Amino acid sequence: MALKIVKGSIDRMFDKNLQDLVRGIRNHKEDEAKYISTCIDEIKQELKQDNIAVKANAVCKLTYLQMLGYDVSWAAFNIVEVMSSSKFTYKRIGYLAASQCFHESTDVIMLTTNQIRKDLSSPNQYDTGVALTGLSCFVTPDLARDLANDIMTLMSHTKPYIRKKAVLIMYKVFLKYPESLRPAFPRLKEKLEDPDPGVQSAAVNVICELARRNPKNYLSLAPLFFKLMTSSTNNWVLIKIIKLFGALTPLEPRLGKKLIEPLTNLIHSTSAMSLLYECVNTVIAVLISLSSGMPNHSASIQLCVQKLRILIEDSDQNLKYLGLLAMSKILKTHPKSVQSHKDLILQCLDDKDESIRLRALDLLYGMVSKKNLMEIVKKLMLHVDKAEGTTYRDELLTKIIDICSQSNYQYITNFEWYISILVELTRLEGTRHGHLIASQMLDVAIRVKAIRVFAVAQMATLLDNAHLLTGNTQRNGICEVLYAAAWICGEFSEHLENPMQTLEAMLRPKVATLPGHIQAVYVQNSAKLFATVLKSQEGDTDSTAAQEASQLMIDRLPLFVQSANLEVQERASCILQLVKYIQKLQQKDVEVAEEVCALFAGELNPVAPKAQKKVPVPEGLDLDAWINEPPSESESEDEQPKAIFSKEEPKHSRPRHTEVDEKELARRREARKQEQANNPFYIKASPSSQKVYQEAPGVEHIPVVQIDLSVPLKVPGLPMSDQYVKLEEERRQKARAEKKKKEKKKKKEKRSGRGKKHDSGPESEEDIAPAHMVDIVTEEMPENALPSDDDERDPSDPHKALDIDLDNLVESAGRRPLADNEKLPVRSHRAVEIQKSPVEDGERENATSEEPKKSSKEKKEKKDKDRDRKKSKEEKKKKKHKTEGKKEDLLGSQMDEPVVQSDETNEVAAPPASTSAEVSDLDFWLSNAPVPSNTQEVATVAAAAPAPGAPSVTAPDSEPDEPKDTEIEELKSSKHKKKKQKKEKEDKEKKKKKKHHHHHHHSDGGGEESVQNGTMEEEEPLPPMSNYCLLAENNYIKMVSDIQGNLQDGSQVVVSVIFENKCDSFLKSMEFNVMDSLNSKLQRPDGSSPHDGLVVPFQLPPGVSNEARFVFTVQSIVMPQKLKGTLTFIVKNEDSSTHEKLDFKLHFTCTSYLITTPCYSDAFAKLLESGDLKSSSIRLEGVNMPFHHLLARICFHHHFSVVERIDSCASMYSRSIQGHHVCLLVKTSGQTVTIDAKCDEPTLLGNVLDEIKQTFSQC
Amino acid sequence: MIKAILIFNNHGKPRLSKFYEHYNEDIEQQIIRETFHLVSKRDENVCNFLEGGMLIGGSDYKLIYRHYATLYFVFCVDSSESELGILDLIQVFVETLDKCFENVCELDLIFHVDKVHHILAEMVMGGMVLETNMNEIITQVDTQNKMEKSEVCAGRYCRSTCSCCISCKEHEPPGNAQKHQHWRHKHKSAKFTFLQIVAARS
Repeated sequence: MALKIVKGSIDRMFDKNLQDLVRGIRNHKEDEAKYISTCIDEIKQELKQDNIAVKANAVCKLTYLQMLGYDVSWAAFNIVEVMSSSKFTYKRIGYLAASQCFHESTDVIMLTTNQIRKDLSSPNQYDTGVALTGLSCFVTPDLARDLANDIMTLMSHTKPYIRKKAVLIMYKVFLKYPESLRPAFPRLKEKLEDPDPGVQSAAVNVICELARRNPKNYLSLAPLFFKLMTSSTNNWVLIKIIKLFGALTPLEPRLGKKLIEPLTNLIHSTSAMSLLYECVNTVIAVLISLSSGMPNHSASIQLCVQKLRILIEDSDQNLKYLGLLAMSKILKTHPKSVQSHKDLILQCLDDKDESIRLRALDLLYGMVSKKNLMEIVKKLMLHVDKAEGTTYRDELLTKIIDICSQSNYQYITNFEWYISILVELTRLEGTRHGHLIASQMLDVAIRVKAIRVFAVAQMATLLDNAHLLTGNTQRNGICEVLYAAAWICGEFSEHLENPMQTLEAMLRPKVATLPGHIQAVYVQNSAKLFATVLKSQEGDTDSTAAQEASQLMIDRLPLFVQSANLEVQERASCILQLVKYIQKLQQKDVEVAEEVCALFAGELNPVAPKAQKKVPVPEGLDLDAWINEPPSESESEDEQPKAIFSKEEPKHSRPRHTEVDEKELARRREARKQEQANNPFYIKASPSSQKVYQEAPGVEHIPVVQIDLSVPLKVPGLPMSDQYVKLEEERRQKARAEKKKKEKKKKKEKRSGRGKKHDSGPESEEDIAPAHMVDIVTEEMPENALPSDDDERDPSDPHKALDIDLDNLVESAGRRPLADNEKLPVRSHRAVEIQKSPVEDGERENATSEEPKKSSKEKKEKKDKDRDRKKSKEEKKKKKHKTEGKKEDLLGSQMDEPVVQSDETNEVAAPPASTSAEVSDLDFWLSNAPVPSNTQEVATVAAAAPAPGAPSVTAPDSEPDEPKDTEIEELKSSKHKKKKQKKEKEDKEKKKKKKHHHHHHHSDGGGEESVQNGTMEEEEPLPPMSNYCLLAENNYIKMVSDIQGNLQDGSQVVVSVIFENKCDSFLKSMEFNVMDSLNSKLQRPDGSSPHDGLVVPFQLPPGVSNEARFVFTVQSIVMPQKLKGTLTFIVKNEDSSTHEKLDFKLHFTCTSYLITTPCYSDAFAKLLESGDLKSSSIRLEGVNMPFHHLLARICFHHHFSVVERIDSCASMYSRSIQGHHVCLLVKTSGQTVTIDAKCDEPTLLGNVLDEIKQTFSQC
Repeated sequence: MIKAILIFNNHGKPRLSKFYEHYNEDIEQQIIRETFHLVSKRDENVCNFLEGGMLIGGSDYKLIYRHYATLYFVFCVDSSESELGILDLIQVFVETLDKCFENVCELDLIFHVDKVHHILAEMVMGGMVLETNMNEIITQVDTQNKMEKSEVCAGRYCRSTCSCCISCKEHEPPGNAQKHQHWRHKHKSAKFTFLQIVAARS
């Protein structure tokens, strides 16, 4: 019996597999839920069985039910059971179910770790694959931590199938367990050159995802990606890489320069639309990142626009959409190029596809001009009428307002027209954007004085017909407009024709149904109106009108006194009592109008959103110091309007009226009057020069735009905007006619009318209109494109944790990235790779020694290709020896392949200063392409070069003189030729350049964006700087040196010495020796005595210089010290050879123990708070340089990074190689600079400060 | 990154849902409904991109979809993916399905959603594109199916789990097979268009 039951139930269960379940559900359409619940009961029974096949079947069904929306988390444990089955079939079912319903808070996940580990190491690649796939969906921080190592091993699996999955899943592991990024990165990078295209593509994919969030950490990979881009044929990979470059170029304009040519080639050659589109996109990004003024700039833009036009004209809607999307990116920086395609874009407005219409709308924003604004808006208004009650209509509405208000109303020539457009828009029912229209009305009425009469009349009509607006629905967003209307009528009531009537309209009982904040404004402004009425009646003998007004107020206000809204109630009762008092006075025939008006006296001016920030801090006021306990809530005036328009999107928050209290207003007015005289932002009757601004930063500026319309119009009643189009045309015609007659007079008029408006344009970009700030990447603010990760990032963003500096990993590429090797391999001295020996076999030697071990076939191929290409060009330059070409290639390929290079460095044991070898290589790689915007830097390097006699010094300077071809091709080839000529001589320059750039970058990366910002756009270029200082010099040789600390090892300092042969003879057998002190010792190879010199590993032909690095061990770093040393060498002429020596003194400054370390401001603040630091300060007098130069100098010479900079005050940070924190607060006023410093080691601090002082005393 | 892959039919019935970020079941259903709502009201000849709905992603996300006969294939992706690339990927996906199921129709997806998942797993992993080469995908899927088949045929409980091999139709008892046949017949026209479109698009 029992057996029968069991057997029966097994049969029944076995009857129902997934297909049966699906079928059953389909057959029970009416009672689906019921059927499924019985199925779930069955499944529960099945899960209780011991048979794994039954369980797997049940789990499989659950997966299906999960898709239908049923919670199956109760079966999590059973899923784990199925996952751990030894059979692939069940395992796969289990993992699929887990991937569908496991997540971080599933507690059974903990149980899976070992099972997954077992599966990962399974001999069957598909077990591993299934586990990886499943894990990618439910990896948790714990799993990531525990399995990271296993997955990393899989990245080198023999099967590409596993490799590519392991590589991909690493991204998920990084997200969950950011600590794994650094150790895993070298291997990940290796996979970029995996022989299997799938693995390669996966690696590209992962790095692109990583780089998208933290691009600056991946800049150093640019050469590698560049190589991939030129060699890969896989469109997927290409697209990813090209997208990645799009993210990188904003950080490095030189990269963009280098990219343009291959990208344009791709654009011309590819047939894949997806690739073409991404290329165009990246070219656009490049062009945005490059400052304008490039000779072939317009050609590229033209090409892009042309290709996009083809896309837009395509019948495929997808291409059309993307074309418009990309077009809008160009629009931001090159509106002119897009404007010529206006016809096409207007055409798209009529497209039946809403997505396309929306994109076209976006584009319209940038296409308007004074001429066509009215016409375009008219067209849009037609669309508004057609698009009844859709989100598209709302979009249209915001676009109309955006278009009209952009750049501080730059394109509006007739504000009456604009007001009437706004009024027309209020008739839209059910729009969400009432507040937007309201804020526009307020803004225009406040800022355009001449329009007030008209605006007030319109608003009065609106108030009168308020019932039309409020309509039937209370939720109607449009009633926000009444807020603006009431305020305008109240504030500018002197312009009202019939204030009494408006007063009456504002006090209607129906008003009480409006939202509270609007009622409050009604009440307050009725008082203003009341004051106006009193004033107008004052002179009259007949005072009935005034009394009527009082009576009206007294009759109607009690309704508001009863309001549930506190604000309304409070204002109403105040005003009611006031009016009652006034009524008493009136009955006694006392003249009260003057006093009542005084309540509302004074004009309200718009305040720029940033005005508050720009108020200069009075001298001696430390804003950071607590005066008392922290105030609980500081109410700033700026916040008030926010509360009113709380839902308003930030991009629309243009300066609007702020309700400040009278006292504050008076104070401001006073301050303003004083400043108006010398305030360049105050737009007076005559156009002001905007350049004055730069000399007067930090001045409170309140822009007031006065527009005198040349032909004031008066249209009674509610206006139709269409009328204005006609009127405007007439006006323009008239103006034209006038212009013919009175050329000069017209000019003046224009000035006061439109010309001024125009002048305010550029200024507004800086300060007034945030609307324009939305465009992040404009020519003015290229640096803004940088994501300044501190402020903008959402702290919960998992990618924040992945912002890890990977550059110094390069060195460790070869080592095992596990915790047991914090130390780098043994260091010794090494010559810089580039040896300049004219002897051929020397070169061969060089070649073999530098031949990268891993150099695979493709690399060689590439070299060959390079060589071929270069050779062909070389034919023109017969002077050159063939061998040189080879050498260059070698060099070139080496620079192209940082991985290889790093291997090599590792082998020779990297000297510490080359921690940034990669960065330098990048610079070298990039420096092949000079960019105008960077000439400053290049020049800097040139000037800083320690060998003024060398002919190469002129090289970078002459580059801008290159023929400015419009054809990219030509430019490129000419560049090559030039490069050929100079290459050899330049190499050593570039070496230095590297160094220089390196420093520069460090400070860039270290949060110096603010400074960089400044230097890029408004401030003068930095003077040339170099850290190399003269060590010793005689007739034969010159030595310059730079000393750097080694972060990896707290007791090491690296001295880079550049030896330059100044004579006509050959210098060889150079030996470098230093007398060791107790504290500092030169590191010598094992087994040599402490008095042996070190052989400099190269010889110097005449006129050549080369660099060698020497490592010193230091004990204490708190004191500077000097070491005596000698260089011995043999001078070899054709006939004779002599021994020579040169004495020198190495000066280890305390600065050289500091390492540029970026520091975030919050960490910095914590550090200062900790109180472990000793402080000290110095004062520098007579420092006559801009503040940013000062900062840059400190950064450059003393290895600091800027943490934060606010106006003339900056905090800086650095760390010693032994981990001492050094914090500076640099303030400047006039020619005096005070540096307050804190450090945990007072002696070190004192010495560093002395050195800073010395730096500035020298200049 | 791909945030979600959804397949649903003309009536909004989900045929496959793969979320690469966790949502609970209710929100998943809501997302499917919302996505269906957005996608289904669009005409045939409009572009295949949609600015993301409120539920899934934000402004950075896009819905990229293709409509084949009775089915919508919707990918929700962020800006790191190429729009046209994803369109191609959908095409590859559908063609792969077509190869694996030998003339795929909606019914195949209805009854073998697990298989569709397995195929998808070879293309997209954890929200990142794993493989775009159709032949490679098919090879891997086939090998795994063969493995499974050998395992299953070795085991005793053939019927209960053989759902995972593509050629499972052979294993079905006559009654079921007939039913299946019936369904296939009923939907033949739909299937025909499906393939036609596959051909036309490629």
